[in-house]
Amino acid sequence: MSAPFDSTEKFAAYAHPARLVSTDWLAEHRGDAGLVVVESDEDVLLYEVGHIEGSVKIDWHTDLNDKVNRDYIDGAAFAALMSAKGIARDSTVVIYGDKSNWWAAYALWVFTLFGHEDVRLLDGGRTKWLAEEREITATASPVTPTDYPVIARNDLPIRAFKNDVLAHFGNPLIDVRSDEEYSGARTTMPAYPEEGALRGGHIPTAASVPWARAAATDSTFRTRAELDAIYRTEAGLADGDDVIAYCRIGERSSHTWFVLTHLLGFEKVRNYDGSWTEWGNAVAVPIAVGTEPGTAPRR
Amino acid sequence: MSVLPAQLAEIQEDFLALEQKDRLLLLLEFANDLPELPQKFQDHPDLLERVVECQSPVFIFVDVDAAGTFHLHATAPRESPTTRGFASILAHGLDGLSAEQVLAVPDDYPQSIGLSEAVSPLRLRGMSAMLGRAKRQLRERLS
Repeated sequence: MSAPFDSTEKFAAYAHPARLVSTDWLAEHRGDAGLVVVESDEDVLLYEVGHIEGSVKIDWHTDLNDKVNRDYIDGAAFAALMSAKGIARDSTVVIYGDKSNWWAAYALWVFTLFGHEDVRLLDGGRTKWLAEEREITATASPVTPTDYPVIARNDLPIRAFKNDVLAHFGNPLIDVRSDEEYSGARTTMPAYPEEGALRGGHIPTAASVPWARAAATDSTFRTRAELDAIYRTEAGLADGDDVIAYCRIGERSSHTWFVLTHLLGFEKVRNYDGSWTEWGNAVAVPIAVGTEPGTAPRR
Repeated sequence: MSVLPAQLAEIQEDFLALEQKDRLLLLLEFANDLPELPQKFQDHPDLLERVVECQSPVFIFVDVDAAGTFHLHATAPRESPTTRGFASILAHGLDGLSAEQVLAVPDDYPQSIGLSEAVSPLRLRGMSAMLGRAKRQLRERLS
């Protein structure tokens, strides 16, 4: 059962308006049958500090990643997670989080790997909900386990691996990291832990569009016109393009994947989650340094 | 092999005695219990050193008083409870030790308190960075 869509005027200009809900909409609809609200944050303790009443927590690191392999959980583990969070296959899931929904977008992307159909983001995320002084609670929400089917993960449409990127030259690549990471001046985002890339720089030909440019100061997504100006006019993306976005471990580029796919309507966008921690350590792959995109390697 | 100072050993035992999800709640208790900065540091933000390895803005300052005992002061925003929790564990665990005891604390203490699974090893690196910086500041104060 699907919850009603949010008819907020700003959303109507996006390619898939049904992928967003406003804080007003959520305040009205939370508690509706068939709707599950999920908080997904960078900071693993924020849910415990306080969350939207009735919401459940999904942590990108401890819930969505496989504990042994550098990969996402499989269909059986995803089904177990959904069941434990009270999410049915036909639930409407609204995800919100800290940092302009950066980790919420990552969770939404993983839900999409398993083909969960109705999954949306709260525009503005946790920051906007709190800024509007809306209610939160520290009490964990009671959950009725569901019977979620085991669905095989389908990586192909939205996930790129290193070999896909090597075969991709000639098509647009978007590097969503900071300017310093792009140029190679540093291998980790300012103020973030070093994740151990041996080389600095970017994948040759990638355009630099730091992810947070898609977010306004109140953590909501920028308007359709503003996003078109950034990604179409400035970065040169055009309808029909086959696009791969990457960052450091695939989290920030999930945010950009959401913008390109659901807000701007690009139909073939993949997230390279191996990202710079793989590329910057891989042997014999081409790297460009400095502020220019560089040229594609000859094949 | 050095013996872990009693208050650090106690924090370690407290965490290890709990189930994973309760370890998070204990970390949250520490976060809520991060001591306020003493007035003299509130008036001198320049004395505080930013721990750039942490995901949120956290600043630390080490202090050795006239009696030769060590104090770690830290400040981090309310919306960064994990970082506050890490700082609070170190502020409580190292407080009142001698400089020699602080320098002898194993660098892998953050990995030894049972938080790797609950919090993730990557996030724990922020706490290691705080400990490393506290020791380095202390060495500079002693030299």
